[in-house]
Amino acid sequence: MQYFLTILLSGLLAGVMYAMVAIGFVLIYKASGVFNFAQGSMVLFAALTFVTLTEHGVPFWAAFLATVAVMIAGAVIIERLVLRPLADRSPLTLFMATLGLSFVIEGLAQLLMGTDVHQLDLGIDDLPLDIAGLQLSQFDLFASAVAIGLVVVLSVVFDRTRIGIALRAVADDVLAAQSIGIRLPVIWRIVWSVSGVVALIAGLLWGARQGVQFSLTMIVLKAMPVLIIGGFSSIAGAIVGGLLVGATESLADIYIGPLVNGAVSNWFAYILAVGFLLIRPSGLFGDRTIERV
Amino acid sequence: MMTTAAPILAVDNVHVIYGQSILALRGITLRVNEGSIVALLGANGAGKTTTLKAISSLVRAERGRVAQGEIRFRGDIITHADAAGLVRRGIVQVLEGRRCFAHLTVEQNIVAGGYAHRPSRRVLADDLDRVYTWFPRLKQRRRTAAGLNSGGEQQMIAIGRALMTRPKLMLLDEPSMGLAPMLVEEIFEIIRNLNRREGVSFLLAEQNTGFALRYADHAYVVENGQVSAHGTAADLAARTDMASLYLGAIATD
Repeated sequence: MQYFLTILLSGLLAGVMYAMVAIGFVLIYKASGVFNFAQGSMVLFAALTFVTLTEHGVPFWAAFLATVAVMIAGAVIIERLVLRPLADRSPLTLFMATLGLSFVIEGLAQLLMGTDVHQLDLGIDDLPLDIAGLQLSQFDLFASAVAIGLVVVLSVVFDRTRIGIALRAVADDVLAAQSIGIRLPVIWRIVWSVSGVVALIAGLLWGARQGVQFSLTMIVLKAMPVLIIGGFSSIAGAIVGGLLVGATESLADIYIGPLVNGAVSNWFAYILAVGFLLIRPSGLFGDRTIERV
Repeated sequence: MMTTAAPILAVDNVHVIYGQSILALRGITLRVNEGSIVALLGANGAGKTTTLKAISSLVRAERGRVAQGEIRFRGDIITHADAAGLVRRGIVQVLEGRRCFAHLTVEQNIVAGGYAHRPSRRVLADDLDRVYTWFPRLKQRRRTAAGLNSGGEQQMIAIGRALMTRPKLMLLDEPSMGLAPMLVEEIFEIIRNLNRREGVSFLLAEQNTGFALRYADHAYVVENGQVSAHGTAADLAARTDMASLYLGAIATD
């Protein structure tokens, strides 16, 4: 039992990392209906920028703020060069555009900062902690705390601030939002900026664990089942989906892995996602329309 | 209310094209005098909605554009102005079907209407109170999700939200749609009071000809993207062919 709980909890904590990536997707999808394939590239670009700065002797917080500024500048450029010219095109066109964007961002990262694998030390030791007989990774706990903090900040912003309410208004009804004078380009710039900051935080956590390298962009593929399970339009869904994927993956690895002679965690999440597509296509928290009957 | 002074809105020979080729309006011409209520009557697909969206520039959000003609607001040409800029200048459209932000609370819906002017907290709170005095029922429902309110309440939310932009001219698309007659009456009474006490001018598209002519000063009948008849509401109400126009509308619906 103790062993099971340890596996479950470490799975859940790993799931937090998936959720962080998925949240970036959800923000952009909600506010602009764009499935942003470039989210993974943004994670890489942000982490790489940060790590390059710190390797040149820039202190942690200065590097963090500078990277935030870079991500905001990137959002403004993307809105101007990609989103605005393609406004009100079909979702597929926009998806293809973000696919192209992901290559541009990766190419740019390579051009500016090279292809080396960088070590990233956030100053958190990855030593197992013994809590009530359960072996838990200190780093995972730290990552979870960061994720919880991020979600709390986001939900307060969305519920209490003008920008947050305007974002949700656009997510609910684009034309009605325009009819009361909300400017879509402004909303897009904001939401891509926020998504860029989320990408930075996710990139730092992933980078500290695996090293900052180009394979970071692959986590976009791991975010996919998380989104299908949680629903594309809900931050809560992204979190629950991430936790579910993390937990089932690590449990499946231990309990199903030996039966099929291999690493189950590489594909288990996708099987789970296919199951959801068959049974509950809008995901656990996907948008069901609010309607009075 | 007497119609006086210069027109707040002048639409001249406006043609609207959707996409590359669909001609939705073929030369609409109309006037809204400062402080008046003007009704736009006609069948489904006649061009009422497109006329309103051409004025508010929301056609451009749907890949439409004014291909010919001119729209003036208090003398200034606004034919190709951007929608958000027009809201700041005092033109606001309440869309057909109300289009509340379903997942936001009633209060968040209304408050969102106030953002365009970047008001201080104080001003925003005052404006919100003003909307609540117009629609006391919304104050009771302020914490509920807008999507869970009745059709009449949602129409009030939509009008209240638009009021927050401090409009000079309000474009209302089918305010009576799907509402029981008593509620339609209530909504039209509010429109009349807003017109008299706050000096808001109205251009409203309506299929409910009877109600519209009772409350409007002036009316235009739109057919096939053009004005086929116009006059004071009293004159149009007295015309015998109005009934056939409206009945014709139902027949071709």
